[in-house]
Amino acid sequence: MAISLKVNGTTRSVDAEPDTPLLYVLRNDLELNGAKYGCALTQCGACTVLVNGAARRSCVTPAGSIEGNEVTTLEGLGTLDKLHPLQKAFIDEQAAQCGYCIGGMIMSAADLLKRNPQPREAEVRAALADNLCRCGTHNRIIRAVLRAAQNMRGQ
Amino acid sequence: MTMNAPRLTRREFTAALGGIVLSFSLAPTVALAQNPARLPGSLDTNRTLDAWLRINADGSVTVFTGKVELGQGIVTALAQIAAEELDVPLAHIRMIAGDTGRTPNEGQTAGSQSIEQSGTALRMAGAEVRAMLIDLAAKKLDVAANTLKVNDGVIHAPDGRKLGYGELAAQADLKREATAKVAPKPAAQHKIVGKSVPRIDIPGKVTGAAAFVQDLRLPGMLHGRIVRPPRYGAKLESFDEATVKAMPGVIAVVRDGSFLGVIARREEQAINARLVLMEFAKWSGGPLLPEPAKLYEQLMALRSEDRVISEKDAPLPAGATMIAATYHRPYQAHAAIAPSCALAEFKDGKLTVWTHSQGVYPLRATMAKALGMQPRDIRCIHAEGAGCYGHNGADDVAFDAAMLARAVNGRPVRLQWMRDDEFKWEPYGPAMTMKVKGAVAGGRVVDWAFDVWSQSHNMRPGDPDGVNLLGSWYLADAKRPGPARHSPQPNGAGDRNAITLYDFPRQRTTHHLIIENLVRTSALRTLGAYANVFAIESFIDELAAAAGIDPVAFRLAHIRDERERAVIEAVAKAAAWKPGESYQRGDGRRGRGIGYARYKTVATYTAVIAEVEVNRTTGVVKVPRIWAAVDAGQIINPDGLINQIEGGVIQSMSWTLHEHVRFDRNGIISEDWMNYPILTMPEAPKVETVLINRPNERALGAGEAAQGPTAAAIANAFAAATGQRIRELPLTPERVKQALASPLVGKPLNTVRYPIDASADVVEKGL
Repeated sequence: MAISLKVNGTTRSVDAEPDTPLLYVLRNDLELNGAKYGCALTQCGACTVLVNGAARRSCVTPAGSIEGNEVTTLEGLGTLDKLHPLQKAFIDEQAAQCGYCIGGMIMSAADLLKRNPQPREAEVRAALADNLCRCGTHNRIIRAVLRAAQNMRGQ
Repeated sequence: MTMNAPRLTRREFTAALGGIVLSFSLAPTVALAQNPARLPGSLDTNRTLDAWLRINADGSVTVFTGKVELGQGIVTALAQIAAEELDVPLAHIRMIAGDTGRTPNEGQTAGSQSIEQSGTALRMAGAEVRAMLIDLAAKKLDVAANTLKVNDGVIHAPDGRKLGYGELAAQADLKREATAKVAPKPAAQHKIVGKSVPRIDIPGKVTGAAAFVQDLRLPGMLHGRIVRPPRYGAKLESFDEATVKAMPGVIAVVRDGSFLGVIARREEQAINARLVLMEFAKWSGGPLLPEPAKLYEQLMALRSEDRVISEKDAPLPAGATMIAATYHRPYQAHAAIAPSCALAEFKDGKLTVWTHSQGVYPLRATMAKALGMQPRDIRCIHAEGAGCYGHNGADDVAFDAAMLARAVNGRPVRLQWMRDDEFKWEPYGPAMTMKVKGAVAGGRVVDWAFDVWSQSHNMRPGDPDGVNLLGSWYLADAKRPGPARHSPQPNGAGDRNAITLYDFPRQRTTHHLIIENLVRTSALRTLGAYANVFAIESFIDELAAAAGIDPVAFRLAHIRDERERAVIEAVAKAAAWKPGESYQRGDGRRGRGIGYARYKTVATYTAVIAEVEVNRTTGVVKVPRIWAAVDAGQIINPDGLINQIEGGVIQSMSWTLHEHVRFDRNGIISEDWMNYPILTMPEAPKVETVLINRPNERALGAGEAAQGPTAAAIANAFAAATGQRIRELPLTPERVKQALASPLVGKPLNTVRYPIDASADVVEKGL
């Protein structure tokens, strides 16, 4: 069965069942690494992507349910040559240890900054409450999001 | 920026497919003298220079290390060390880490030893190779070597002529044994070491590069899943093969004894097939687990091998106050954000496995035993997983993937464990009991006895007798795990940091190694140090209270070593600790406490002060602020060190407030993040870290330095806030409410005055 998806600005046709979780389509069919498998239970946030600009857990989102919607992954946010302010801020703050959760953190933060360009620290923490980090990088992640918000306002 | 900086690219991973020619002198020890001189760090076991370094014609340097990236930033730190000694820019370094086909064998990446072992080897090899290149240049240029200067990988003569390392690469014979006779640079000349160099792997990770083993894709790759029994040791009686084989995409069902797995064309097809296999599989047997409420009693009743690991016998003065207390730590999980994953390919009788194992060589040796193969026919290549924090499912999933790949000869199989596979089957950090007795007289500790009971903390692959791979225990030709073993001090295992660091004239420490395994356990970050330091440092506060002395002053009164004193003084200063403040209990809600340890007794010094806020109604303990002071000897990368300490502090806070593996007699209940919650973003404390740099001291690892002191600081802060002491981890709301409701919980369980019968039978009754 072919599903047509608009991912990172490009329309792609994928041969998969419509109930296939978006996560596996992104990773295996489109070879995008940004969304990660962590639990497939919506508990950890590692698989977070944006659907029409809003954070969504790709692990439980049937790919067929979002045909015609705009999907943005970590790769679509920015690239090494043209970093998104969040990506740049995570590098500047060295906000990673293992880095496995970081893609999901950045996507959840992108959703937050879109809704709230001037978040207070407590709002950043609350927005990332369902994104788990195991390495203990919490404070750097929070600082990176605040730094990105500041830089985005300055632009 | 680090755009040109080295990192393990996808090309590196896939290059292995073509069969890379081995780049260094394998098994170098064979050709060497019978009793070779001891060489520093891992040079001792990997003695040729080309095992570590290769100078390339373009002037770049390839660095080989047996230590691997686990999220701790080690590959960046090792690149810094190599670049420093060779005098090349960091961007010219290419790192190859953990590959049985290419890198030195450095055992496990564990125990915070990578800087000491691999870092030392690279420092010495780098200095020696730099000197060789200078000698070569001197001959070529016909000048004296000591007139030459090196800058960014280019050797300059006084007359302006110059030679790049790349131009000398062909003549540099690195296929020879290191001498370790060339002195490395003095710290004062360091330009790269000691700097907060950005991590080389982070840009790729924030932009979606293929950074993890999970991200590898090989042509024709299939997807596997495993079906585990409902409980440890259960036997597979039957399953519905026909139904599963008829499912879309299913290529093969693999069964060997009670080992069961499935391979499908697409990942979601493998996941669906797993669910159907689980639904119809029939299992039998498997022992009951302990009664959770009686866990510690049951553990202590098991057979143990007891060893007195430290003893001092000064006489006991009269008139001392003796107290005793018992502490517990539950089973705790590594709980990596990514369940374990591996990629395996069988081709022409050879097996290649991409793995996030901490030790590719021990894994290869044990896989060979489990699969009935020769080690030379197996290649294990490290690819990063999520942070592992010790022995999780990484090795097990590599074996599982190999089992599946063998069933579809020639086609690579990617196997990702599901969330419940990881939680229910990973080897946990062992449950432990610590009993402490101590006595104070005249403000000093005059007696100290510490007993720790624990299962094994080291059931990793590489055991000479057993096969420590989960899947192999369920094969028709079932393999057996190795026996529990003592590890010698000062590292120890369950007894890591069990020997008090304080200067007590009379003391006795006993390690009771529990031989039986009721619940699967192995190495979790710090091994026993987390629980032992929690117990020792909690009890030091109890003794300080018995003596009526401020806990900071009490610790300092029992420490002679200047570096130990310095971290305690530094953390007290950073936190503006006021002598006697921990007795000012205020409203019973807020308080601060201190914890201290020198990791593994001989490594990094860390002191931590924590501030807690206790909600007496809900029982929730918040930790708004934590201060840490650290002396890790010579600092390689200050920002990297802070990142490691902060991470250790926060992970320990998560263990201390939230974490215990839930189980009942029929099996493990913790199978996801709902029933194994960890610290979330809103709960994270502010962490202020003070670094004490000792540029002329040995560089020490820091990944495990802060966990024990943090646990103790939180427990001591809770006691300072409430007057009640909780001695069983974690400090859950239920336990907090119970403690606050019971006036007896916070008091030492027994207090007697000396002189008593020194056999201390009187005290034992109170334990």
